[in-house]
Amino acid sequence: MSQMWTAKLRNKWQKELPIEKLLPDDQPAYVSSWIYVFGVLTLATLAVIIFSGIILAFQGPAWYHISKTGKFVNSLHFWSVQLFFVFMVIHLWGKFWMAAWRGNRFATWATGAVAFIASIATAFTGYLVQTNFDSQWISFEAKDGFNSVGVGAWFNVTNLGQMLLLHVAFLPAILGVLTVVHVLMVRKRGVVPPIDSEPSPVNEASK
Amino acid sequence: MSTNKEAKAEFDAAPWAGKTKRYDIVKEGTIALVFVFVLTVVLSLIMSSPDEPPLTFKGWAVSNPDNLYATAVQELAGTSGTATYGGPYNNASDGLNVGPLWLQKWAGVTHPIDAANDFVITPLSTQVLAPEIANAVATWKSAADSQRQAWATAYDDAITKVEGKLSDVAVGAYGPVPVLAQGLTDMAKSGALDAALLSQGGFFQTDNTKQILFFGDGAYLDDAGTAANLQGGTWGMMNETGRYPGQAWLWLYSFWYQIPPFNNGESKPIGANADAYIMVIMGLLSLGLILIPIIPVIRNLPMRIPIHRGIWRQYYQSQGIKRRKM
Amino acid sequence: MTGWFADFMNHPATYLKSGWLQISVTNLLVILLMLAIFTLAIFLPFPKDKNRHHE
Repeated sequence: MSQMWTAKLRNKWQKELPIEKLLPDDQPAYVSSWIYVFGVLTLATLAVIIFSGIILAFQGPAWYHISKTGKFVNSLHFWSVQLFFVFMVIHLWGKFWMAAWRGNRFATWATGAVAFIASIATAFTGYLVQTNFDSQWISFEAKDGFNSVGVGAWFNVTNLGQMLLLHVAFLPAILGVLTVVHVLMVRKRGVVPPIDSEPSPVNEASK
Repeated sequence: MSTNKEAKAEFDAAPWAGKTKRYDIVKEGTIALVFVFVLTVVLSLIMSSPDEPPLTFKGWAVSNPDNLYATAVQELAGTSGTATYGGPYNNASDGLNVGPLWLQKWAGVTHPIDAANDFVITPLSTQVLAPEIANAVATWKSAADSQRQAWATAYDDAITKVEGKLSDVAVGAYGPVPVLAQGLTDMAKSGALDAALLSQGGFFQTDNTKQILFFGDGAYLDDAGTAANLQGGTWGMMNETGRYPGQAWLWLYSFWYQIPPFNNGESKPIGANADAYIMVIMGLLSLGLILIPIIPVIRNLPMRIPIHRGIWRQYYQSQGIKRRKM
Repeated sequence: MTGWFADFMNHPATYLKSGWLQISVTNLLVILLMLAIFTLAIFLPFPKDKNRHHE
């Protein structure tokens, strides 16, 4: 039985990420700063972006030009993206100054950094599919950058259909997977200990 | 020292064995979600969101018909931005390069554009034309390439010579070109060019490449971008229409376009190929962001600049942990 | 729902210029706000947990 792939995966998962780690009810005592709320704020904002984006997707990219409700949902999408980047960048600053990659947490940092870059790409395609003056201007200007390194041959920013599909399907899927992996890694490895803390009588004594 | 370092690394990686505190992750997530949702609703109610209507060929033809006319002549003469672009639209130039890497050329022509036909002749051909224009289209279509080139180039040069002031253009052997350009300008004024460029004779259409490229060849889009402070040379990549916040997260990408040699198109090799160099630089910097944990000096900054003493202040105080000298 | 403040927001923006540096007042405010929030997040005391569960 232990040779079964399914059983192996289950055993590994249960060993490395038991439900107590996934949904903890306690945290190390050092997790005591407002800087720790920016990760969860980023996740919450992503949820609002996806929620407002799904409503926009149901009505199509031109809905918000003609409907007041559409304009409001578009505004939710716009402002949640602005907040998302604010929270994510503060989270990134915080994790940098904590050197949060210490203790085998390189992959946690790296998935977060890749998610940041994927977010920029996703937001960028969003600006291209607004079907307004912004998207005209941005697509005309941005094509030169992509064309200059040959990427424009496959990623054509002036093709509305292509950008719309990437914006609502491929890029959010990539960002979603990165986010889930990032969060699972945080839960698996735990929150990085403070920089100046080290094995000492103080910590050992409280074992 | 190295054993200390190893012990510290092991300690950082090990499951926490020290003091803990109660922590309700589900409650925290719920509060965050409600907080963010309310904040988004409030910002949306107060400020709405930017939505400048798109510009149209009709608007261009009405507000600046001479410029549209001159641009149509450039498309016929093969001197417009699109006609001379290179990959992925045509083979008119090698495009940009980074040293020996001619990536733009190597990617090939994946979105072929024949500026004269796609932007001028084909759209005109979709219309029921006045006899004079129909004759001009027929004359153009039946002429040899060299003859077309001679007519259009002569007219394009004549317009350039008088700096676009059409009434001052000298008489010359321009063949059907003036009539074609006037026909296209009139068609644009009626609003028909917008639709004809998009459909390109088809029914379903989701690709705006041809419209946008033709549009950008003239001065209309460019002037609107300048008026809205969106030009790349003045940090426009970060900006939004109106007073809304823009893509401030593109600040670093935008930064390179502001400084020499990137801001000087005449400067070879880098300024002349700024788009390509900046793309490569940003690719490398993005890789750098991902690899910060293994980049010497940078990965030690958090230990050297003690912002962490603020972050973990409460814990350090309660445990009496002093700053370790690096 | 056009936004109570939407007319103001759709007005041409004010830009600050200094040599090659140019930034809209809005973007500057967003960046300053981020720095302020970061600073506050580090220096504002975080509420203490009243009932510690494992000591």
